[in-house]
Amino acid sequence: MPEQFIWGIEVFLNGLMTGVLYSLVALGFVLIFKASGIFNFAQGVMALFAALTLVGIMEGQVPFSHLINATFGTEIHHFGWHVPAWLAIILTMGVMVLLAWLVNKLIFQHLVNQPPIILFMAAIGLAYFLEGLGDMMWGADIKELDVGLPQGINTTIDEVTYNLFGYGFFIDNLDLWATGIAAVLVAALVIFAQYSKHGRAMRAVADDHQAALSVGISLKFIWIMVWSLAGFVALVAGIMWGTKSGVQFSLSLIALKALPVLMLGGFTSIPGAIVGGLIIGVGEKLFEFIVGPLVGGATENWFAYVLALIFLVFRPQGLFGEKIIERV
Amino acid sequence: MLDAGRTEETLLEVNNIEVIYNHVILVLKGVSLSVPKGGITALLGGNGAGKTTTLKAISNLLKSERGEVTKGSITYRGERVQDLAPTDLVKKGVIQVMEGRHCFEHLTVEENLLTGAYTRGASKADIDADLELVYSYFPRLEERRRSQAGYTSGGEQQMLAIGRALMSRPETILLDEPSMGLAPQLVEEIFNIVKTLNENEGATFLLAEQNTNVALRFANYGYILESGRVVMDGPADDLRENPDVKEFYLGMSEEGRRSFRDVRSYRRRKRWLS
Repeated sequence: MPEQFIWGIEVFLNGLMTGVLYSLVALGFVLIFKASGIFNFAQGVMALFAALTLVGIMEGQVPFSHLINATFGTEIHHFGWHVPAWLAIILTMGVMVLLAWLVNKLIFQHLVNQPPIILFMAAIGLAYFLEGLGDMMWGADIKELDVGLPQGINTTIDEVTYNLFGYGFFIDNLDLWATGIAAVLVAALVIFAQYSKHGRAMRAVADDHQAALSVGISLKFIWIMVWSLAGFVALVAGIMWGTKSGVQFSLSLIALKALPVLMLGGFTSIPGAIVGGLIIGVGEKLFEFIVGPLVGGATENWFAYVLALIFLVFRPQGLFGEKIIERV
Repeated sequence: MLDAGRTEETLLEVNNIEVIYNHVILVLKGVSLSVPKGGITALLGGNGAGKTTTLKAISNLLKSERGEVTKGSITYRGERVQDLAPTDLVKKGVIQVMEGRHCFEHLTVEENLLTGAYTRGASKADIDADLELVYSYFPRLEERRRSQAGYTSGGEQQMLAIGRALMSRPETILLDEPSMGLAPQLVEEIFNIVKTLNENEGATFLLAEQNTNVALRFANYGYILESGRVVMDGPADDLRENPDVKEFYLGMSEEGRRSFRDVRSYRRRKRWLS
């Protein structure tokens, strides 16, 4: 088998793994967009905030320590304890639920029935506020995150492929785990949305706010639920990205990559977010591998957006987006 | 649901309410009405008379449209309800079927029905039994249970909206403009079902309707609203015989077309003349 082809397969697999992480961020977008029509620009920052909080809790960092020290002239940074990963994850989830509640109570509850652009502006504001809050609470330095997920090259795959092709694939264990966890998460979310009472109510709210109110569905509850779910997805995405490349503020920029993913998959489809993410992940890696050398590289930066543009022209609802129902 | 038959007990009292939208637009200027248990009460009037606003004031859907009840009171079973959230009202047994159906387009017909049972902590068996009940009244819904509601016909959507409300096991149903956009035959069918539900299940109806003719045939009592006020009310049969109602709402007149200059009383004529 030609070498190029085998490398191509490896690039494909690695693209798949990157795609999973795009999918996770896009998934958070879809959940909130479906249920409230809010384009949650802050989803990426939520992933960052979740990861920061997780590290902070695990390391026993004192929140707002810089602020406290500057105001009172003290020198406190750590509580001096370490919290086990599982407990820290639960506590962080608590923080994300609280955040969901606050976001609804303070911002979006007052913007019911406002045009989408106003909701969008509010979401942008929230994104910047949250970024600043994360900075102030936990500091701006790059942090290492290790919740005990296995990392490094997967030796089994390396060996098997070496025996098959005479070339060992480099697949990171973490990526494999990320894929597995994302798959479980998606399956759980789809089942929840499709078959549970609250999931059905969530879809009902997505279709028609007024009608949902009229049958006694509490919008407040559904929105807090959805934001909490998005917070949970953000936490998972934050853990994956944070473990992979350290918890740093560039994490919030992956939110931008979620945009082309959504245009590809459709803004309202949970499976669409996943497939879109995978296509973008694989597409940009393969494109870089095949076309990159011809044009001098750096295609990863724009490939996703060009693909999204093409989709906007030919299939604006995306691959899996809900078709706009029009009765004649 | 309750025993059939109209009783003298009053379920719902609306007392001189005033509704203002957006803090400036005065829509209801003192509307009072009472809905007896087990009856069908009709709220009649033209476009913009305030029928929908009255219903929404009762079901408390006004707030999400920036409307507010600024004066007067609404009581249900003697209890003040105007500050309750729509969810709590549904739990108390008051549910609104909104104008223009408002089905959940992307949900299937059956899922739409199930959302109606959202506020009830009922067991699956109970809910299944209620589904069967709804299907027995609306056999066409059963045929289409798996199709997306957005693709069903207007008549089916109206049935679905009523069926969905029934799933909450309501005591009082506020039915807004059930005839809108439907063929006369379908209107008849829908109203017949309303009558049957009223008789068999003892459901109380307050229905807002522009189609005065049909509404007065099926209702026990009627209120006529004009620009935010009740201008006339009475038993349906009396209203049907009233010469003014005949002329202005039923399009019948004993002496053919009259000149409006000869007409004496009430508000709306003045407005037409000025």
